[in-house]
Amino acid sequence: MANHEETPEEKPETATTEPREKATFGMPLIKGLANTLSHILRNEPNTIHYPAEKRTPFPGYRGEHRLKRDELGREKCVACFLCSTACPAHCIEIVAEEAPWGDREKRPRLFNIDMMRCIYCGMCEEACPCDAIELTPVYNIPSRSRGEKIYNKEKLLSL
Amino acid sequence: MSDSGSPLMDVFFAILRAVVIFAAVLQVVPALVYFERRLAAWIQDRIGPNQVGPVGLLQPLADVIKLAFKEDLTPEGVDKWIYRLGPALVYAPAILAFTVIPVGMDLQVASFDVGVIFLLTIGSFSVYGLAFGGWASNNKYSLLGGLRASAQMISYEVALGLSVIAILMTAETVDLNSIIRQQWAAGTLGLLQWNIFQQPLAAGIFLVAAFAETNRLPFDLAECEAELVGGFHTEYTGLKFAMFFMGEYVAMITMSALMVTMFLGGWSLPWVEIPTTPGVGDIALSIGIFMSKLIVLLFFYIWVRWTLPRFRYDQLMGIGWKVFIPLSLLNLGLTALSGVLGWNWLIPLPW
Repeated sequence: MANHEETPEEKPETATTEPREKATFGMPLIKGLANTLSHILRNEPNTIHYPAEKRTPFPGYRGEHRLKRDELGREKCVACFLCSTACPAHCIEIVAEEAPWGDREKRPRLFNIDMMRCIYCGMCEEACPCDAIELTPVYNIPSRSRGEKIYNKEKLLSL
Repeated sequence: MSDSGSPLMDVFFAILRAVVIFAAVLQVVPALVYFERRLAAWIQDRIGPNQVGPVGLLQPLADVIKLAFKEDLTPEGVDKWIYRLGPALVYAPAILAFTVIPVGMDLQVASFDVGVIFLLTIGSFSVYGLAFGGWASNNKYSLLGGLRASAQMISYEVALGLSVIAILMTAETVDLNSIIRQQWAAGTLGLLQWNIFQQPLAAGIFLVAAFAETNRLPFDLAECEAELVGGFHTEYTGLKFAMFFMGEYVAMITMSALMVTMFLGGWSLPWVEIPTTPGVGDIALSIGIFMSKLIVLLFFYIWVRWTLPRFRYDQLMGIGWKVFIPLSLLNLGLTALSGVLGWNWLIPLPW
């Protein structure tokens, strides 16, 4: 009834890897040595000589934050706390005050970002309804003390 | 070099040879470390150390200064004497084994009648250093590293010794200078007189066993970083660690030098006649020849290290006991048979 002879055996056309029992040390060894030797002879390092030669970050790179100003030179931030709510690292500290301008109710009196806690996820930028906070592509931001890493409003606005 | 007349001059020349040759070997170590780091970088498409001095040549010096000024820690609960003895026992045999290597025409620190046997004996002492270091560190990873090192070195010493014995049987001497002279024949075809062509099997086994003996990749089971956090030298800092490190590199140089001497014609080249009364120029040339061969072999060491992955421990032992020891015994048997039958093993030469 069942014709077992006719069912063809499942055999892949080309084996992707050498069968285990046929694996030997000889050829792979020589291939590997030839490969590394070719790298020595080619000598094309991918290294960027960092301090001397700086990499331009890719578009969308998330580095240091800055606060934006509107066309009148006022900070765009309306102290809505959405960024500090969205922040998974809880690194944004905002204290609001009444805004002296008629088009909004509040403005930030304090706007501190603890850059040591920040994980540069960009959630604050996404949460902001006023397009007031932004992550710049600046990545080399060393400082000599932890205090310097807490950016206040003036610092963030000046960036 | 040795028969200069008065015994006082003999002693002076002996000390001079010892100081110059040992110092030269020690100077090769930093150069080798630099060479290794640069080659490793090139293989991995990096640049390597290039900041300290011209093209980074002073990097080893900076490393040595750093190591010398590091705190010399002794962990709690270690067996202090054995702990201190460990690095010395790795380092001293490695450099002592170099005593009998002829670096130039009849130029060696000391010429014994036992030559190679002395080298193998002293060289195998370094396993005590590794085992002591691992045992005394009071650290399970170190202990594992030390145990692996001893098991590995003892296993591969058998294959190494057996492959050397095959050479000694055909050479009928253990004096390394005589072995080199026997490997010399005039003309380009004289290359075939080298033991690597006369005894290819022994040469292959020797090479692999030398890798295992010096704990180099692919056989660096004793200090695999990923598994053992550095192995037997985990608990060592500063200059004690430096001594382990230097011992490893000196052992590598010694093994390469022995390979050059036993299989690659040592300080001789088929195109260069061996004069019976060598002048200073001849000796300088022979040193140059020896050094070039040594550099080629050390390059090979580094090249292999940055190509091959590490063996698994059971694979290492399996290859050692099931492949290399039987093969070297077979080679030994064939060599003995050919000696009895009186024909030149493998390549019958016209002379």
